[in-house]
Amino acid sequence: MSGRLHTIVALVENRPGVLNKIANKWRQRAFNIESLTVGPSELPGLSRMTFTVDGAAHDIEQVTKQLYKVIEVVKITDVTEESIVARELALVKVATTKDNRGAVIEVVNMFRANIVDVAVDSLVIEVTGAEDKIDAMIAMLTPFGIKELVRTGRVAMVRGAQPLAAAAQTNGVYHKYRSAGEGKPKVGSLI
Amino acid sequence: MSTKFKGAEIIMECLRKEGVEVIFGYPGGANLPMYDALKKYPDIKHVLVRHEQGAAHAADAYARVSGKAGVCWATSGPGATNLVTGIANAWMDSVPLVCITGQVVSWLLGRDGFQEADITGITIPIVKHNVLVLDVEDIAPAIAEAFHIATTGRPGPVLVDIPRDVQQALCEFNYPDKVDLPGYQPTVTGHPQQVKKAAQLIAESEKPLILAGHGVVIARAAEELKELAEKAQIPVITTLLGLGGFPGSNELNMGMPGMHGMYWNNIGIQEADLVIGIGMRFDDRVTGALKDFAPNAKIIHIDIDPAEIGKNVKTMVPIVGDVKKVLQQLIPQVQPARHDAWRAWFADMRAKHPSIAIPETDKILPQYVIKKIYDMSGPNAYYATGVGQHQMWAAQYFWSDNPYSFVTSGGLGTMGFEVPAAIGVQFARPKDTVWAFCGDGGFQMTMQELALCTEYELPIKFAIINNHYLGMVRQWQDTFYDGNKQSVRMFQPDFVKIAEAMGITGIRVSEKSMVESSIEAALRHPGAVLLDFEVEEAEDCFPMMPPGVSLSDTIDQPKIETRPRETAGGRAR
Repeated sequence: MSGRLHTIVALVENRPGVLNKIANKWRQRAFNIESLTVGPSELPGLSRMTFTVDGAAHDIEQVTKQLYKVIEVVKITDVTEESIVARELALVKVATTKDNRGAVIEVVNMFRANIVDVAVDSLVIEVTGAEDKIDAMIAMLTPFGIKELVRTGRVAMVRGAQPLAAAAQTNGVYHKYRSAGEGKPKVGSLI
Repeated sequence: MSTKFKGAEIIMECLRKEGVEVIFGYPGGANLPMYDALKKYPDIKHVLVRHEQGAAHAADAYARVSGKAGVCWATSGPGATNLVTGIANAWMDSVPLVCITGQVVSWLLGRDGFQEADITGITIPIVKHNVLVLDVEDIAPAIAEAFHIATTGRPGPVLVDIPRDVQQALCEFNYPDKVDLPGYQPTVTGHPQQVKKAAQLIAESEKPLILAGHGVVIARAAEELKELAEKAQIPVITTLLGLGGFPGSNELNMGMPGMHGMYWNNIGIQEADLVIGIGMRFDDRVTGALKDFAPNAKIIHIDIDPAEIGKNVKTMVPIVGDVKKVLQQLIPQVQPARHDAWRAWFADMRAKHPSIAIPETDKILPQYVIKKIYDMSGPNAYYATGVGQHQMWAAQYFWSDNPYSFVTSGGLGTMGFEVPAAIGVQFARPKDTVWAFCGDGGFQMTMQELALCTEYELPIKFAIINNHYLGMVRQWQDTFYDGNKQSVRMFQPDFVKIAEAMGITGIRVSEKSMVESSIEAALRHPGAVLLDFEVEEAEDCFPMMPPGVSLSDTIDQPKIETRPRETAGGRAR
């Protein structure tokens, strides 16, 4: 795919199989999803997904239109061109020794990250920010030895007062069917 | 205290609420409760097919002709997977289909129980919506949603998968009066500003063309299309699935465009200064190479599905909405016009290139048979076709005024559609003549359904256009693979004996002199008849636009008088 990274935000009904239906639309047109996050939104029964996908604007628009046809998709927007706040969180486990721990902490402070776990030979660092900030910090930590790394992928929100769901408001009851794992956490049932 | 129903009975109650008259289905372990419930609902007819694919196709064709949702059901596992081709067919042609599948008991889901198939997973790319129902209380809302989704907006198939234990559980029956889906609000009315712009483009145009597709048929908008075309005197081209959306005898009707369309249409599209696509999707079989499509034309595109706008061609004025509604909005704003010069251009092209003239010969030409059937079957007949050469001829010679009477597998191109489709059509139109145009290849894919004609006393007329070849593949092998004919000629059973074995009359037609008399006999006979027309084997379907080239490169019908008429495979090229 040639193009740029697009950020797409979707509000979807929290029902079994929805993620599969959505992923299928991307797969059918051979898109690779660079990152995907899912979690609850401000509306009960609706989950919010943030995708980042690499591709030409026209192709992305086509898939977005197809995604809108998934009945459980309540709202979907490509926010790439909008003024957005976009963040990612990473947890980085760095190998440390008595001698270099101070140097690692210096990097952590420079990036306004947090140390969330300490062991004799490692630190776990939590960092939040735009992707390039996290890339930069990982580059700085690599010489010390990264033992483990996890990144959430991008979450995004358009600046200003207009909520994404404004156009999609109905009676506020979205969770219509019981899922196989009724009573279990709802976010898990999406997958 | 209100009565409690079994889940399976709730399914039937829902179908009754939706006015369902006929279900095409097949029983098995996981839908036995549904069969158990049938007895209590004698007003809903169940038609036992011989293969679940037949159930889906029959329901599909029933839906196309009746304008209502078609209903089919099957058991879990192989029953459900056998529906898949039929579901895909309905998906590609936007047909409202409600499929109800039995599923293994809920506690065995995902454990590879006997006859388990993840049918909701399997069908994701080919349904408008599907759902696995895990609580008996969800059956009624799920089925109400299924009918709502299948029949509104751009129609399509919806699958409801119900485990056997859920079919047996008890609950009260409450059918929702109204379905409210936050993520599904189809646009019906066209944007007034866009409609105005469209009317303006039509007024400015000197060479306008209407390309009418399945949307006209689905929206039952033939009247409106006629009104628009006549008011501004715009020639109307109908796509394969648009056939029956505009009267064949109307002098503005130009027939089909595209790969095997009328030569004058393919050239006409390239000449036009305005193309009005109505309920169609600029499919590759219609447009040819997209970069060269309609180079001189501005494009108005009316379609209910916003995802179709700009998918294949760049549109100047898109109008999202129901075709019938948008045309009603558009007609009063369109200025009456005549377009005499443009229509004369078409008349001239048609005179110079008689794309569907039939050569004089003693042999039985397939197109001759098809045209005879059209000519002899009266104004109210319905036609179902399979896929391949016979389908293209059936489309080329279809100029009937009977609206919505041509049923064919367009998008998916499913061989074997014809036999179960004709059955579905006959159930929707029990009093009218129904013809199935069959290929000798496709017929062998679904011919087991012939038994239904005897079981349900269906007087369908089957015409096998038998060229002893998979004709369209043979034509491509001859044209694009140096005549290397592979796997296109197969052992053929005796179709007349098959008809007799199935309890219907069979007639073999191997002389041209017999064609008319056999059609007449078939039409006179009160029951089902199979006519096995042994036609010219090497006949190719023209006009033809080779794949990947532009409409301008369409090869017209080769000159009739200079046409070599050799037997199988001997065509010089």
